[in-house]
Amino acid sequence: MYGCPRRLCMTNCPTLIVTVGLPARGKTYISKKLTRYLNWIGVPTREFNVGQYRRDYMKIYKSFEFFRPDNEEGLKIRQHCASAALNDVRQYLSDEGGQVAVFDATNTTRERRMTIFQFAKQNGFKVFFVESVCEDPHVIQENIVQVKLGSPDYTNCNTEEAVSDFMKRIQCYENSYQTLDEVLDRDLSYIKIMDVGRRYLVNRVLDHIQSRIVYYLMNIHITPRSIYLCRHGESELNIKGRIGGDSGLSARGKEFAKLLSQFIAAQGISDLKVWTSQMKRTIQTAEALDVPYEQWKVLNEIDAGVCEEMMYEEIQESHPLEFALRDQDKYRYRYPKGESYEDLVQRLEPAIMELERQENVLVICHQAVMRCLLAYFLDKTAEELPYLKCPLHTVLKLTPVAYGCKVESICLSAEAVNTHRERPENVEVSRRSKEALLTVPAHQ
Amino acid sequence: MSGREARLTQNPLQKIWVPNVTSRLLRRRGSSVPQFTNSPTMIVLVGLPARGKTYISKKLTRYLNWIGVPTRGIHHACAISALRDVCSYFNRQEGQVAVFDATNTTQERREVILSFAKENGYKVFFVESICEDPQIIAENIKQVKLSSPDYVDCDKEEAVADFLKRIECYKLSYTPLDDDRDRNLSYIKIFNVGSRYLVNRVQDHIQSRIVYYLMNIHVTPRSIYLSRHGESELNLLGRIGGDSGLSPRGAGFASALCTYMRDQNISDLKVWTSHMKRTIQTAEALGVPYEQWKALNEIDAGVCEDMTYEEIQEHYPEEFALRDQDKYRYRYPKGESYEDLVQRLEPVIMELERQENVLVICHQAVMRCLLAYFLDKSASELPYLKCPLHTVLKLTPVAYGCKVESLFLNIEAVNTHRDRPENVEVDRDPEEALETVPDHI
Repeated sequence: MYGCPRRLCMTNCPTLIVTVGLPARGKTYISKKLTRYLNWIGVPTREFNVGQYRRDYMKIYKSFEFFRPDNEEGLKIRQHCASAALNDVRQYLSDEGGQVAVFDATNTTRERRMTIFQFAKQNGFKVFFVESVCEDPHVIQENIVQVKLGSPDYTNCNTEEAVSDFMKRIQCYENSYQTLDEVLDRDLSYIKIMDVGRRYLVNRVLDHIQSRIVYYLMNIHITPRSIYLCRHGESELNIKGRIGGDSGLSARGKEFAKLLSQFIAAQGISDLKVWTSQMKRTIQTAEALDVPYEQWKVLNEIDAGVCEEMMYEEIQESHPLEFALRDQDKYRYRYPKGESYEDLVQRLEPAIMELERQENVLVICHQAVMRCLLAYFLDKTAEELPYLKCPLHTVLKLTPVAYGCKVESICLSAEAVNTHRERPENVEVSRRSKEALLTVPAHQ
Repeated sequence: MSGREARLTQNPLQKIWVPNVTSRLLRRRGSSVPQFTNSPTMIVLVGLPARGKTYISKKLTRYLNWIGVPTRGIHHACAISALRDVCSYFNRQEGQVAVFDATNTTQERREVILSFAKENGYKVFFVESICEDPQIIAENIKQVKLSSPDYVDCDKEEAVADFLKRIECYKLSYTPLDDDRDRNLSYIKIFNVGSRYLVNRVQDHIQSRIVYYLMNIHVTPRSIYLSRHGESELNLLGRIGGDSGLSPRGAGFASALCTYMRDQNISDLKVWTSHMKRTIQTAEALGVPYEQWKALNEIDAGVCEDMTYEEIQEHYPEEFALRDQDKYRYRYPKGESYEDLVQRLEPVIMELERQENVLVICHQAVMRCLLAYFLDKSASELPYLKCPLHTVLKLTPVAYGCKVESLFLNIEAVNTHRDRPENVEVDRDPEEALETVPDHI
């Protein structure tokens, strides 16, 4: 049947993204972040870090000497690792249903890039280069401190030794570095990121996915900041065990709003942006903060369609088939006349993009919405996402660190109903009501 | 600081929750769309004549207005007049973005603009178009310059030659934005109609959106076909929304559409539908691959889904009146507004810009929104655009706008267009409210 896939077809052939740049220019940071983003929006993506292949092969790292351009033995091994990685790329894109592979290595010579380009062409992959150019010593230093010192390569070194060795490692590449050139490389598709995003050169964007990648890369930054995620305070419908709707805060929910206000004030954040949905309960919560806030319709809770304002018991009674289907595939399941988690992710993409652009932000949202946002930041799969724990009255403080995100969970008050329903054991349509309702949390 | 416990009321038109105490906070909260700009922004075009500056300005202005960012193009040969225009536009607090379309080819001119902006607290974003491909320039001249009064009685080739000489005059004093000297400015350089871009210091959300938009548009000739699904069962009954299938006449339309599209003989046509049965059934008749977009679903009428206008008047007379008062901003209870629809459709528009030949099979409100984008219709005109069933609109970009060919495929269908009635007051009689309801079973 034509047109079966629900989402927009991003690309016809698989895409190979190739990083380019000296060590400590953020290539792995970009690779991992981009991979996380693409997977979250539904494009199967995997990164292949050649450095990791080298570590697996060599077991022990001695010193920068390995990377000297006149070290033939070293060159042979590095070549071997790159080939092994490309082989895995081929398997992922051609045999395993991957759509994008991110080939993360220095790729600093035109010759190396040509080899990769030929490889891609032979296999019917499109190629998009992502080069990071940076000469700011502060940025490079910070980079080394954040991600190199903790690398397996330097477990037995002190900081000074590690930094010194790494700087010499960079030097090994510098002489042969051929940056992407406006003239010589004019037929290639690429983005050159200069000085951590101050300037970009974009050449020959071929298709939708490349356009989205460019847009994403142009919106991310590395300025330290924190993102606070929380739900609205407990609502009247929460207490009754009813889903959806647009009710106001319960007395305990209002208490939470006050505690949230105190918590935020105590965090002492300069220039905090506050976002809510357009539903009463998040807005009431934000009002207690007594600071300006933005209302986003895209942050509204998942639309439960015909099941809006029902209790799980009622859904089981009136729509037992739907209830079972939802347990079978909670991510893709769409409520009749409503939405799925998959729909929610599409809806939330502009919010994620804006979160990337912003600095300190507090997002006051809803259970399903918060699960989607959290899954993006913590790189959770579609299977895990709908079961992430996002209890009421708990703030999650996310702070980007190294290649990931530090999460601090702050429970502002223990007093709130539990709204988390685990996947029951029996998800068959033929199950009995009792089995279906086994995991429904207690309510009035 | 103790938090306030505010009572919230939902504004009846847009269904936005706002505190009903007067807020001492400066930022407006009652908007249905997040406000992302603080200071007004001037977009300043730079480039020799026939580099597409006016094309870019008009398109960008159209796009920004459509997504809800009040934008105006400023065209004045005299910089002083232009800047005065910009000032009054921003001071009246109507506008957020002004697009200054002129050559702005000298550094001095750009300095004047920058000082002016600084004095007034405006942000500046430069858009420079650089092109040395003689074919593109000649095509450009033919498309938009030759129709100018300057060349009304001229032979085409002579006119082109004359215009090229004009360009030469500008070249003498043209200083492109310099990547070193101008490194602190915010700008995008567009090379050869988009094969390459240089982007420097994007400051904020709106500039990021502008860059993304400019990087997605192209000038390759193509056509966009907009059509609604074939007549549906609910259409016949005069009911709105829902997810019904095609009526027999609707199925007939689907076949006719298939014939029409085949005759158009388009290479590589993309076909898009919504997730609703009636558009998919229509596409199925074409016998070609198609993609389903949830974003193309019809406007959600919330509690009024599946109702006739008569029933809406009976059960929700106040809502019905509010909708007639401001059809663009009115949000159905538990549903959407046209304003919401535009936000939802923005990724569709972006992808339509990227694509070439596309047929979009959608719905009345959705088609109105898309059409308003292509034909630069205002928010007040948009909800009343005529998009009858069984009629295909073929849009072909030409010069600075869009040529529209409307083709009724000769299969009768019910009329679903309800004009704004005379009396939109909440206290009106039912007859007054239902005056303009089209016939149905």
